Amino acid sequence: MTDLSLSEGKVAPRARRDIGLRRRYAAEARFRFYGIFAIALGIFFLLALLFTVFKGGYTAFWQTSINLPITFDAETIDPDNKRATDPGKLLTANYTVLARNALAEKLGIDVEDKANRADLKLVSGLISQGVRTQLRDIVVADPSVIGTTRNVWVLAAADVDSAHKGQIDLAVPEARRKVKDQQVEWMNKLSQEGMMAERFNSGLFTFGASSRPETSGMGVALIGSLYMMLIVLVLSLPIGVAASIYLEEFAPKNRMTDLIEVNINNLAAVPSIVFGLLGLAVFINFAGLPRSASLVGGLVLTLMTLPTIIIATRAALKAVPPSIRSAALGVGASRMQMVFHHVLPLAAPGILTGTIIGLAQALGETAPLLLIGMVAFVANYPATPMDPATALPVQIFMWANEAERAFVERTSGAIIILLLFLAAMNLAAIILRRRFERRW
Amino acid sequence: MLTDVAMEQKLAPTQDQHMIKIQGQEVCVHYGEKQALFSVNLDVRENQVTALIGPSGCGKSTFLRCLNRMNDTIDSARVSGTITLDGENIYDKAIDVVELRARVGMVFQKPNPFPKSIYENVAYGPRIHGLAKKKADLDEIVETSLKKAAIWNEVKDRLHEAGTGLSGGQQQRLCIARAIAVSPEVILMDEPCSALDPIATARVEELIDELRQNYTIVIVTHSMQQAARVSQRTAMFHLGYLVEEGDTDKMFTNPDDKRTQDYITGRFG
Repeated sequence: MTDLSLSEGKVAPRARRDIGLRRRYAAEARFRFYGIFAIALGIFFLLALLFTVFKGGYTAFWQTSINLPITFDAETIDPDNKRATDPGKLLTANYTVLARNALAEKLGIDVEDKANRADLKLVSGLISQGVRTQLRDIVVADPSVIGTTRNVWVLAAADVDSAHKGQIDLAVPEARRKVKDQQVEWMNKLSQEGMMAERFNSGLFTFGASSRPETSGMGVALIGSLYMMLIVLVLSLPIGVAASIYLEEFAPKNRMTDLIEVNINNLAAVPSIVFGLLGLAVFINFAGLPRSASLVGGLVLTLMTLPTIIIATRAALKAVPPSIRSAALGVGASRMQMVFHHVLPLAAPGILTGTIIGLAQALGETAPLLLIGMVAFVANYPATPMDPATALPVQIFMWANEAERAFVERTSGAIIILLLFLAAMNLAAIILRRRFERRW
Repeated sequence: MLTDVAMEQKLAPTQDQHMIKIQGQEVCVHYGEKQALFSVNLDVRENQVTALIGPSGCGKSTFLRCLNRMNDTIDSARVSGTITLDGENIYDKAIDVVELRARVGMVFQKPNPFPKSIYENVAYGPRIHGLAKKKADLDEIVETSLKKAAIWNEVKDRLHEAGTGLSGGQQQRLCIARAIAVSPEVILMDEPCSALDPIATARVEELIDELRQNYTIVIVTHSMQQAARVSQRTAMFHLGYLVEEGDTDKMFTNPDDKRTQDYITGRFG
């Protein structure tokens, strides 16, 4: 048949076979659609998450404060004039009343008049109870201020702060509202005079735990998390890399190493709370390390991060082409020299990325820390990793349990900070990988 | 192990002044259950190029890799029989594999320079073996090695650029320079030109011919012409057996074995 058509010099019209092209293209188009849909869905939820968190949280970075000319009245602070002999007097003095009096004076209320007691209570309600510590610190740092008048920005009470930010519905009847009509009137007056304003909330980063939202911050949590990250880095990076190098480059391939490999992969999938139980049993009950300490937290997170780092490092080592190993062995390098001179440098970007991702995971870990008692009310900075501390995600967890409106925004604010840390770490991982990646 | 007398007797009938450098006796290699080499007896003579030819999977590369114990790096590989280098069994417990590889260098199929500078590529071997006491000595080793590998003129102005940035042929000559730099006695080449174009191949072949003056070379090649051009002796492998070995001239003109003739003339393989 073909011979015939060839001999006549004509090309026989070939019947087009049905090879299912239309079906194949349809399948491909469908698959692409699924992919785009999945990604769009992912992006939508990510944006929704970021939107809710930022919408609810950005106000946490501002705190309503009142600028008051405070008279450090010697009569109130130290009525018996014993401060020269007994410095403790300065610590126990009634500073709150100084701020109240200053504010009352501004609002034109006579503090001496007994009839004004109800009003004075409302005036006190405008100011945060934290003013006591704030003024005390000023006086203790410099006792010479006693007897003088100074302008001080004092924190407004949490409810006033919320009202000032428009988070409290003023249409609600006064009786069911925490901020009274009289207070709202004063707030408006103060705001107009520029004495009440929202200022950057540095306390969010410096304060420790407090039952009052306006004086609670993540200072302790930041330090606790920093200690833990350092411990995790210092322990898990060398141990993880050493273990991976041994398993990948030196260990014989047999059942034992297969078993170890399977177990390491399984460990990476163990629920983190189990590591918390382990830490509780081993580090606290057996080894006798203190509860709530960031040292224990760091150790537990190290155990949790190790499998991640080992898996990432082994993958990075495996990715180094065998030709480089042959080249090194071929010129007479020992195995150790081969690994440390050639394989490890080439695997370093992958190892670094794995480590940073493992650290980021550890930074966001909450459950094991709850079990080892890091969910605690810690007001003072931990001086060493042996002191009680909390961690960023645990702080979020604790604030999320609080009812007050001001804690709600602080929860979101803390989430923003945690997310920023995580984003920064992931960015660092990407930059390091780009920077050190080598082609071969 | 053979005595000197026995060695001389073995030498006498076939060859002239070239001493036996490497002697393989009853070399068998297993990869796990699979046997890749069957009782190979093959000698490599000093200052000659010995070509190993044969179809893919015939065991020629396996034999080559036995000569500097690169098969040690494969977990499943087992080598039996004896291979002597200057009369010493290289599989003896007393032989250190690192030292062996410093004496028996290797050039691989695919050019595999380290992802470092050209200078570092060549200097690496001498540095780890402590061959240079001073920086100047090292510089000299690098220069002479690159000169011997006939690549000096092309790279002398960019010694500190990446070795991976060179062309394929240049990379392969850089790898040869790297092998030479540790002053080996034997250089093993595993299809060194298979990734190169004809011009680069010609340069490398010329180089191999020059290197023969100072080194003993064993080369695995798939190209009959290359074997004929560069080698003095040829060994033909097939299915893990050494079919025939002898002077290259004789092997290519008048082989004893039918399989060699078929392979050389392109009837199989």
